[in-house]
Amino acid sequence: MAQERMQGKASAWEQAQVNESEALGAIKGSRDAGVDDLLDEIDGLLETNAEQFVKGYVQKGGQ
Amino acid sequence: MSAVVPHREGALGAPPTLPPGSRIMGTETEFGVLAPGAPSLSPTQLSAAVTTAMLDVASELGSRGAGAPWDYVHERPLEDARGFSMERADAHESQLTDEGNVLDARQIALEDGDAWAQLKEDSSILMNLVLGNGARFYVDHAHPEYSSPETTRAWDAMTWDLAGDRLAARAAQLAGQRLGTEVLLHKNNTDGKGQSYGTHENYLVPRSVPFRDLVDGLLPFFVTRQVTCGAGRVGRGRRGEVSGFQISQRADFFENTVGLETTIRRPIVNTRDEPHADDARWRRLHVIPGDANLVPTSSLVRLGSTSLVLRLIEDGLAPRITLADPVGDLSRISHDPQLGALLVADGGRRLTALDVQEAYLEAAEEHYGGSEHAEAGSITWWRRSVDALRAGDGSAARFVEWKAKQALLEGYRERGGLAWDDPKLALIDLQWADLRPGKGLAAALMVRGQVDALAREDEVELAMVTPPADTRAWTRGKTITRFPEAVVAANWDSLSLALECLPQLQRVGLPDPWAATAAQTQGMFDDGARVQELIKALRGL
Repeated sequence: MAQERMQGKASAWEQAQVNESEALGAIKGSRDAGVDDLLDEIDGLLETNAEQFVKGYVQKGGQ
Repeated sequence: MSAVVPHREGALGAPPTLPPGSRIMGTETEFGVLAPGAPSLSPTQLSAAVTTAMLDVASELGSRGAGAPWDYVHERPLEDARGFSMERADAHESQLTDEGNVLDARQIALEDGDAWAQLKEDSSILMNLVLGNGARFYVDHAHPEYSSPETTRAWDAMTWDLAGDRLAARAAQLAGQRLGTEVLLHKNNTDGKGQSYGTHENYLVPRSVPFRDLVDGLLPFFVTRQVTCGAGRVGRGRRGEVSGFQISQRADFFENTVGLETTIRRPIVNTRDEPHADDARWRRLHVIPGDANLVPTSSLVRLGSTSLVLRLIEDGLAPRITLADPVGDLSRISHDPQLGALLVADGGRRLTALDVQEAYLEAAEEHYGGSEHAEAGSITWWRRSVDALRAGDGSAARFVEWKAKQALLEGYRERGGLAWDDPKLALIDLQWADLRPGKGLAAALMVRGQVDALAREDEVELAMVTPPADTRAWTRGKTITRFPEAVVAANWDSLSLALECLPQLQRVGLPDPWAATAAQTQGMFDDGARVQELIKALRGL
């Protein structure tokens, strides 16, 4: 159960996650930067007026 | 109903029930905040609106955030780890974090009825919350800030950090509905116009380790850590005055090697020293040069590698590297995504950032490489990050945040034939960190399986409403959820509770971060449990 895992023991799930990611990486091939799908759709996600948005993005300094 | 079970302490304070390498740690995230449709609203007003909305978000989730005011009594922002204090008159006003902007801490400390009665009246706008997951959410000057609950290893710190992003995104959405204009939060560290705001990490470190050893061991590590966990940035220089891409959000904002400040003359090693635990035994290492991470593997490596390096220093096993120009190296490395920049080290040695990281990594693998170690997963991902970056083949874009951002920017640039100063690229940089569902580009890559999400969805959702079970955050969060009407104020190391039957506030100390855990408070938050029993039990710890 998740709560027990949160007590601190590294879980089998984490190890599985590591292995799975290794396998995925191998399938994808090392030259695949993996962003092509998003590049095909990105213009639909981006704010419409880039220049205006970037200019208006003003923050106060923090820590 | 059970009793409170005291624990025995291991050598470095962690209960022996936890795996070796466990350490109390947590994160602080200052979010960028913006309402493009209502420029007249100040960032402080927006931050307060988000904080106020957070109370309802927590209630909706069933965890009852509480509008309990933060108690500043134990905050000592001018205490320096090197063993002296700054004069208040010499401090920049932003350093006086113990002067609460909602209430005077001393009023609460008076334990008379007036202070909190007045506070209850003033509950329409909230500046400060304690959440049911044990976190603090508040207005830090002009930014909303999430301070995660105490956790005992990097994996959990990553999980509660992600939970904070989700909570903040929901609160911003609700605040926008109430204000009638969309409120945007960004988990980034600069506006690209000269301002920076922080993502801090905190690690509990034994006071017996000389501070000089920490500085010597940490400086080369912090200067080079950005290559494994930087978030990437479009523009170089504080205002982005030179076009191009760089590895870190924060690198251009540091001027000192060691110091107390966090808002001006920022130092690579910060000496603010408030352990929120037994002073004689602990210091809290406050780490300020890190980037805010959207990619969970980068969070894990940032937190895990740092905890491991602290352990190497504590055990006298850290590699001995002295950089000739640490402050300059910070920007030099960040401005060199090819990773070829040579740093001048002791005796004229020339090292790349990856060489320095690998020296620390090899030491960690050698001494803490066992599968039972609390940071076993962090070591795996740290190694994988270093190897992928050395290979230079693009595979790092699946799990090293700045590489993923760089791949997206380069791909977009190539398709459109854009120059680096094109506003579209600056927009991609900003929108990378947008917390709105469906808008954030880092999240979009994870949804599409193009970047490893790593964290487990059900754990993140649980962490939005549940505190870590193995630290005192358990008692803080559960008390807020179970006895919200009783909590008058809270702090990292205490709770102030009001009981119907007693005229005075009951202040309960939680000085030991490893104590007041789920195991030690069994039954105390069950149906029918009474707050009086809890107080008695906590006082007996």
